[in-house]
Amino acid sequence: MPMYALPNASTPGRPVIFNPEICDGCNTCVDHCPIDVFIPNPNQGGCPIILHPEECWYCGTCVNDCPRPGAAAFNWPLQQRGYWKNKKTGHVFRA
Amino acid sequence: MSTFQEFVGNEGHAPLWPYEICYDREQEIETDVLVIGGGIAGCWAAIGAARKGARVALVEKSATVRSGAGGPGCDHWCDAPANPLSKVDPDQWAERLTKGFGGYGCGIGREIQCRENYDALLELEKMGGKIRDLDDTFKGAEGRDEKTKLLISPRMNPFHDTNVVIRVWGTTFKPALKKECERLGVKIFDRVMATGLLTEKGIQGGRVLGATGVNGRTGEFMIFKAKATILCSSSGGSVWLLSTELSGYNTMSPRTVSGDGIAMAWRAGAQFTLMERSGIVGIAPGFKHRWYTGAGDASYENVPLVDAGGKELPIVTEPGWGKKDVDRMGSGWASIRERVLKGEYSLPFYGDFPSMPPIEREAVWNMLLKEECTGKIIVDSYTEAGFDPGQDQLQNYALLEGSSPAQWREAAGGGLVIDWDLKTSLEGLYAAGTQLFSPGDHSFAAATGRYAGRKAASYALVASEPIVSKEQISAEKARIYAPAGRRNGVDWKELHAGIARVMQYFCSEYKTDALFNMAIETLEEIEEKWVTTLFAMDPHKLIRSLEDLSILTHAQVILHASRARKASSQILNFHRIDYPQVDPPEWHKFITVKPENGNVKVGELPLDYWGNLKQNYEAHNRDYTGASL
Repeated sequence: MPMYALPNASTPGRPVIFNPEICDGCNTCVDHCPIDVFIPNPNQGGCPIILHPEECWYCGTCVNDCPRPGAAAFNWPLQQRGYWKNKKTGHVFRA
Repeated sequence: MSTFQEFVGNEGHAPLWPYEICYDREQEIETDVLVIGGGIAGCWAAIGAARKGARVALVEKSATVRSGAGGPGCDHWCDAPANPLSKVDPDQWAERLTKGFGGYGCGIGREIQCRENYDALLELEKMGGKIRDLDDTFKGAEGRDEKTKLLISPRMNPFHDTNVVIRVWGTTFKPALKKECERLGVKIFDRVMATGLLTEKGIQGGRVLGATGVNGRTGEFMIFKAKATILCSSSGGSVWLLSTELSGYNTMSPRTVSGDGIAMAWRAGAQFTLMERSGIVGIAPGFKHRWYTGAGDASYENVPLVDAGGKELPIVTEPGWGKKDVDRMGSGWASIRERVLKGEYSLPFYGDFPSMPPIEREAVWNMLLKEECTGKIIVDSYTEAGFDPGQDQLQNYALLEGSSPAQWREAAGGGLVIDWDLKTSLEGLYAAGTQLFSPGDHSFAAATGRYAGRKAASYALVASEPIVSKEQISAEKARIYAPAGRRNGVDWKELHAGIARVMQYFCSEYKTDALFNMAIETLEEIEEKWVTTLFAMDPHKLIRSLEDLSILTHAQVILHASRARKASSQILNFHRIDYPQVDPPEWHKFITVKPENGNVKVGELPLDYWGNLKQNYEAHNRDYTGASL
């Protein structure tokens, strides 16, 4: 595969990870996203393209309203991942 | 494949723009009532107007099914004193809410909310919104009423014993509202940004006759001719924000909340108030770490807080029933901070879910937090990652994050001056939700939207046909398409950051007339030298660019209003070095601003300009028949 000369990617750049095995390109997420983060894939049935990832509000509508469970997994930016602690052991976890 | 880079890597080229580009096409729509903004207030406004028999068009910049602050979900139906379990009188509760926040509340909006929001909730249930625990999932939870199956929230209860706030399944609301709009024949125009109000003869201050718009996917120009127009496009966010990379998730509101309604109404000549008021910016997206920002922060609602050593803190956000010996937010945190510095409490703090009774824990975690705004994806993400509220304590971020940078502000509470019909100072223009000054929550948006809809429809059904100005339309077309005609210059992110920096420097923690003047001059320079180079590569970026122009106008309105208030105010978060006296009695009033003949006209209104709430509400609503079921 050729190496293209590309500018830095906008970040955080991947609010959703699509599973191409399950996603059938129905574009419900494209239609429901309040921000228009996605565009339909020009290849029929392909997963939507995340065109404006840095504009994402992280509202979850794309995953919440997806009619095919598992087709879209939410992907929180690294800096936003929350912590919790097991009350008995005191062990701290991070999402 | 899902990212742009992956697509380019696989295909060897960028994807073509997927929508037809038609910058040169225009569509004309004639309607009785035009609603601008399809959030909770806008949908209700459309429903209220359509029920009166009016033809209704609804313009939404996003997608109506999930747009607005309450689009993904909403947590409480606040201040519903007309609900059957309430222990307070609606008129008295409205008076109390109005006098809260230092007396700067919106009495008309609060009276409408308290009188009618329970009717709206019952109607919402009929449309398919879930408001009752009919399947007994939360049987035994405090506040659950077996007869009505309503879940009363602990909010307000410990101190007031009111039963005035109801927990609701807010994720079901927006799809139901959209469906009802469609059932009533409302014409919905999604992905269309309203850009300017049309006025009689194109004159500022004239009757409003509809609006222009542009489609964010195709670039098509839209002309909406309407006998009445209702602004429901929220207030404005991001005025002080500076971040070119994290443009989407830096505030409590999505990027689309950009003050478009404020900018449009200002240019049309409407009167505003409280625009000088500001709050600390709520940087609260993602997992919403920031304190008191809803799901994902353990300080939310009645979850007990403990320190890192497990010691319970004498503070919670919303005390549960019977807990009267704890502080609720506010000043209590100053004392906690002192005790942390002395080593009495250790950071970080945690929300002690395991200590809660199981049914109450379930109601908070799996219902309340999950139904709140963007909470569903947050709760689901924690759950998938292994968090178990029966065994785990959720981290709280109070103090840990420090304070917001002092210069970061958020517009807070300013909006359009309205009368008892929710009509603005302009004929033909109405407003609802957070477009009003001193707005409230989702139920406030619903009740005021529903009310504005029926009032605007009553006006529209007897109003004359709108005859719009071709010159005004041509001028607006030239304004909005200018960025689409350029290929270099300043882009929307850089422009936004530049505007925000001006506000951070000159209208922030330290306020003086001299600093306000520097800001006004700098924004004028930005308009002349930078806006004229603004470029947008496609219709999506054109919308973002036009949002920047709304933000710029919003900033200017804030500055003019700030300059007009020659006193400091604790309640308005407004501290002037040149007028240091805090809340002097002679400045306890609404300061109003509006554009007139190229200048800004400053005025004032008494804090109770609406008169007696109960009497005036009844005088203006003799034909109101309650919930339409």
